[in-house]
Amino acid sequence: MDKFTKVTGVAAPLMRQNVDTDLIIRIERLVDNVGREGLGPFCFEQIRFKPDGSEDPDCILNQAPYREAPIILSRENFGCGSSREGAVWALKGFGIKTVIAPYFGDIFNNNCFQNGILPVALPIEEIEQLADEMTASPGNARVTVDLENCVVVSPTGRTIPFQIDARRQHAMLNGLDDIAQTFSRKAEIEAWQSNDKTARPWVWL
Amino acid sequence: MSKTLFDKIWDSHVISDLGNGFVLLHIDRLLLHDMSGGKALKEAIEKGYAPSQPRLIYGTPDHTMSTQPGRTEKSFPPGEPLILSMRETTRAYGIKLFDLGQDGQGIVHVMGPEQGLTLPGTTLVCGDSHTSTHGGMGALAFGIGASELVHTIATQTMVQRKPKRFRASFEGALQPGVTAKDMILHLIGDVGTAAGTGYAVEYAGSAVRALPVEARLTLCNLTIEMGARTGMVAPDDTTYEYLDGRDYAPKGAMWDRAVAHWRTLPSDPDAGFDREHTIDMRNVAPQITWGTSPEHVIAVDRAIPDPSKAPEEKRGAWEAALQYQGLEPGQPIEGTRVDWVFIGSCTNSRISDLRAAAAIAKGRHKADHVTAWVVPGSVRIKREAEAEGLDKVFLDAGFEWREPGCSMCLASNGERVPPGKRSVSTSNRNFVGRQGPGARTHLASPAMAAAAAIKGAIADVRKIG
Repeated sequence: MDKFTKVTGVAAPLMRQNVDTDLIIRIERLVDNVGREGLGPFCFEQIRFKPDGSEDPDCILNQAPYREAPIILSRENFGCGSSREGAVWALKGFGIKTVIAPYFGDIFNNNCFQNGILPVALPIEEIEQLADEMTASPGNARVTVDLENCVVVSPTGRTIPFQIDARRQHAMLNGLDDIAQTFSRKAEIEAWQSNDKTARPWVWL
Repeated sequence: MSKTLFDKIWDSHVISDLGNGFVLLHIDRLLLHDMSGGKALKEAIEKGYAPSQPRLIYGTPDHTMSTQPGRTEKSFPPGEPLILSMRETTRAYGIKLFDLGQDGQGIVHVMGPEQGLTLPGTTLVCGDSHTSTHGGMGALAFGIGASELVHTIATQTMVQRKPKRFRASFEGALQPGVTAKDMILHLIGDVGTAAGTGYAVEYAGSAVRALPVEARLTLCNLTIEMGARTGMVAPDDTTYEYLDGRDYAPKGAMWDRAVAHWRTLPSDPDAGFDREHTIDMRNVAPQITWGTSPEHVIAVDRAIPDPSKAPEEKRGAWEAALQYQGLEPGQPIEGTRVDWVFIGSCTNSRISDLRAAAAIAKGRHKADHVTAWVVPGSVRIKREAEAEGLDKVFLDAGFEWREPGCSMCLASNGERVPPGKRSVSTSNRNFVGRQGPGARTHLASPAMAAAAAIKGAIADVRKIG
């Protein structure tokens, strides 16, 4: 997994509630054999493009400087809906490194941590202020997300702390793979299974 | 110490405590479907991890094939590689596949309970957010992403953090025309689409106890639409009667032993929940969604909501939803012209759903301008329905009778509601573009959907009878 330590860059205010994973990536893009790396161009296609396929200039993700943003600011429940991990792959392919929202869909949140994308939960008032600071000086404003110190630094230099599970922070900072860690517990898993075969034999087909 | 149903299943599946609130959890059942199954197996194998417990893994294709009568995997060419890949990888590792054209094939969340693979007290995961469906059997079931899928294939475990406990109680008798679909839509409307985020939900109360198993599956299916990954109903005699004799359910003395264990699972009377919500079913009428989130839901006899009266933080979302849906605030939702009707999906494609829709369609005909589809949830359901003559009821009423699959719920097989067209669907999501770019979706129960097809407009099923 990719490491995540710190990102500094433009933060695009996509200030909607309930940005669902269908909106982030359409299901047919996951049926088409474009591969994980090929999904970036289709990220948010329903809002970035008009029905005729041309770019919609009203979409903030098509406007300078936000079209190059590595950070997305959003409202409540970002990543709700379908479990498709393609939503995270699409964001990654689109150049997004971190999403800041009040809270996230549970499955999306887990998927982010599997791919080195950092979901940062902040109170909505803080996010609204970050959005205001971004739009106040769109040319120069930058946001920093620092995972080592668990802080977001706003364009005006305000430092906003955020919380993250220590286990996930460690895994992200070091790019650790869950499977390898679990495999080191193979003996424990097998002992549990052996006991369970006696206790609940009907489960073991 | 008193424990909830959820605690009992969770605690008994913890292999080790990983610290910081995380545990390594044993997974008793992994279900695969064609969207991610073949790919995940291939990825695991390429990384050097063969499936560790192939006999605990079961698969069936449902997402990416056509549902037209006489279909094969070739009928929807983009899906063919996914289906072939699943076939090849499951065969290589001795994983049971209920393949296209075979008995047992169906929507993965229909297949599990139908086969008796989904058992009370088990942990079950699948790469699909509607895996919560299996909670209707008293299982702890949740949807996972592709990376977690590979982890489960490789280790038959998952690294998880324990969620909090939410009890949603439904009390009293269901009013005429009201179903499990209306119960869960009403709850989501009440508490909102994120109320369950970070929680495991237990559905309880007299109205839930009275539900047959298929209705409990519908109830648990939409749990993810209130933000929770898992929702469950305590197992009871209704559950055991449903399970007894199913292909993969325990038999004979083993059955008795299993039932004795399952009877210990329901929440202790004094077990605590972090959040509680109670709904009085005397006040719940048939529901229909009006917007682009499952929380945008009203009783069918109500007016379309006015964003100027919305809570301030929701006003923008309501305005955008009405614009997308092409609806005027303040107008009755009943009578809104409908172009498509879709009866199917892991929410509402079981035999009881088809019977309820057929009871409305029988002896009537759909409106001329409506295209109405019935997509049974599995090969077995399709056969059972045909044995009862339900296919004929639907065909006589002008509906299409199709092959099992996810179909137009998420349109991953190319079966779409056309842009700008309005659909009443028995599925689970009314998101922007969910049923196809520009498609407008209204979620409702099977009987409500059938009523809409007959009237050619959103209709109150109680007036059809």
